[in-house]
Amino acid sequence: MAISTSIWIWISALLTLAIYSFLYKDNPFYKFAEYLLVGISIGYGISVYWHNTIITKVYNPLVHDKDFLVIIPLLLGLLMFSRFFKNYSHLSRIPIAFIVGAGTGLSIPSSFEFLFKQVQGTMPTAFTIGNLIIIIGVITTLIYFFFSMEHKGFIGKVSRVGITFIMIAFGAAFGYTIMARISLFIGRIQFLLSDWLGIIK
Amino acid sequence: MKTKFFLFFTLLSVFIFAQENAESAPADSVAVFDYSLVKSFTLSDVGSDDGTALKIKWECTDNPENKNQFRLYRLTDGDTVRTLLGNFALSAEYTDENLNREESYSYSLVAVDSLGVEMQGIVSTDLMKPKANYFKTDKIILLLMILIYTIVIIILVETVKKGKVLFVRKISGLDTLDEAVGRATEMGRPVLYVPGSSTMSDIATIASLNILGPVAKKIAEYETRLIVPNRDPIVMTVAKEVVKESYSEAGRPDAYSDNDVFFLTDSQFGYAAAISGIMTREKPATNLLLGMFWAESLIMAEAGNTAGAIQIAGTDAVSQLPFFITSCDYTIIGEELYAASAYLSREPLLMGTLKAQDYFKGMIIAFICLYLFFLIISTIFGGNVLFLNKILDIIRFIFNS
Repeated sequence: MAISTSIWIWISALLTLAIYSFLYKDNPFYKFAEYLLVGISIGYGISVYWHNTIITKVYNPLVHDKDFLVIIPLLLGLLMFSRFFKNYSHLSRIPIAFIVGAGTGLSIPSSFEFLFKQVQGTMPTAFTIGNLIIIIGVITTLIYFFFSMEHKGFIGKVSRVGITFIMIAFGAAFGYTIMARISLFIGRIQFLLSDWLGIIK
Repeated sequence: MKTKFFLFFTLLSVFIFAQENAESAPADSVAVFDYSLVKSFTLSDVGSDDGTALKIKWECTDNPENKNQFRLYRLTDGDTVRTLLGNFALSAEYTDENLNREESYSYSLVAVDSLGVEMQGIVSTDLMKPKANYFKTDKIILLLMILIYTIVIIILVETVKKGKVLFVRKISGLDTLDEAVGRATEMGRPVLYVPGSSTMSDIATIASLNILGPVAKKIAEYETRLIVPNRDPIVMTVAKEVVKESYSEAGRPDAYSDNDVFFLTDSQFGYAAAISGIMTREKPATNLLLGMFWAESLIMAEAGNTAGAIQIAGTDAVSQLPFFITSCDYTIIGEELYAASAYLSREPLLMGTLKAQDYFKGMIIAFICLYLFFLIISTIFGGNVLFLNKILDIIRFIFNS
């Protein structure tokens, strides 16, 4: 058994234990770790924004490449700060409208494209029992998501088949994700027992 | 006799060895490749792109004994050094990507022998500039579908505006919103609304903020405190506007607290840890987790469950829905999240959109059923009926965008 002598391993291990202490109840150690994580992540985020956005996408194109088109998004970005002035706060709605509009506009074709790929995936080239189950699953699930029809009678029965398919898919996804989470947990325990305490090699 | 036999055997071995060596000598390494074997070597622009790719295609006369390969080189106009793009078969095609549309390029093929040594001679294309296209012509059907969908939405919105009442089935998770907000009021505790971890470009976030409006209005009417922590600064700004407007609509602008709609951090797990902390310390009676979530979903939902809050969650992230189903009281599944804003507000625009979604789903079901019908008939006839195969190809082509 060789306990680590590295200060960083100790900090990492103690913070891991502080976060896990929340499983017992909320306590000062968890609060400390939580505030530290939030604070550091904000600080780190600001430095990333500064270097990756302000310097790379605004300063460098404007000063070095003389690309004056950058002024338009820069002005839109600056309008966000109008929120700090009560009389001009309405101006912040302009960049918000731009972001919401552009975001929605961009996501519509990609959503359709994704949908089309799924529909095409439901159209097999050969007729087999497996493919038939997929087609029945897709159709019944789509019927479950019909909102303009009451789930009664035939539609009710079909949508019940649909929700059964959905739940089977969720069950599989649940099991798969739990496996991934457990492997993350094992990784952390390995760190504590191996890197920190040196109990296992 | 033994000596003669030994000498004969030694000479024979040397002769055979020399023969073998002569056979295995790299005879083709000194040979000149016969470029007349190259039937075609073409350079063309890749269509429907932003002018950053060129397609190179070459074809050689079939020669089964030929163990050679081609080495493809790119030469930028004005440069003297060629860039090696790789080794390829004698007949192949290659798409050269990440090019500059302001520059011209030419490509050369150099034959390589079986030992990997370049042979004499070279064949090259002319210079060509990659062209940028305004339209992706391969997405025409996608555009048509979007246009049809938009027209259907406009017609339905206008119908609703004229007074036609559209039926929307019961969504159980949303029906309990009143009960959940009422519970928070009775207990004198706040309502926590988490609009997900994604940005404004995510449809789930937009749907969540659409739901936030009527929810905030209800909360304002009940005079209950609403806490909205955010991971994205833009989402926070929009959430502030939505909540503020809802409080004004409810006639309670004074009850709106700007500090209750705030930014936490953009770190995924930092956000999850902070939300867990809020759930434990502020003890909200109702947690609404609506929007896009990733791995943090279970951390939040479990923390809320442990704190004893009534939880309504909704997301279109399929991999996270099972966690919400297991740890929340009500779960809004996938598209129900998009329908929720229409369900709660009954606004003509949203109702029309919801109805159009149903028509579109109906159309997809019809196409799949049609395809299945022809596939069954085609299978019965052994899959060799050209007419049926054509129909199946056409239906598949429609969704090929």
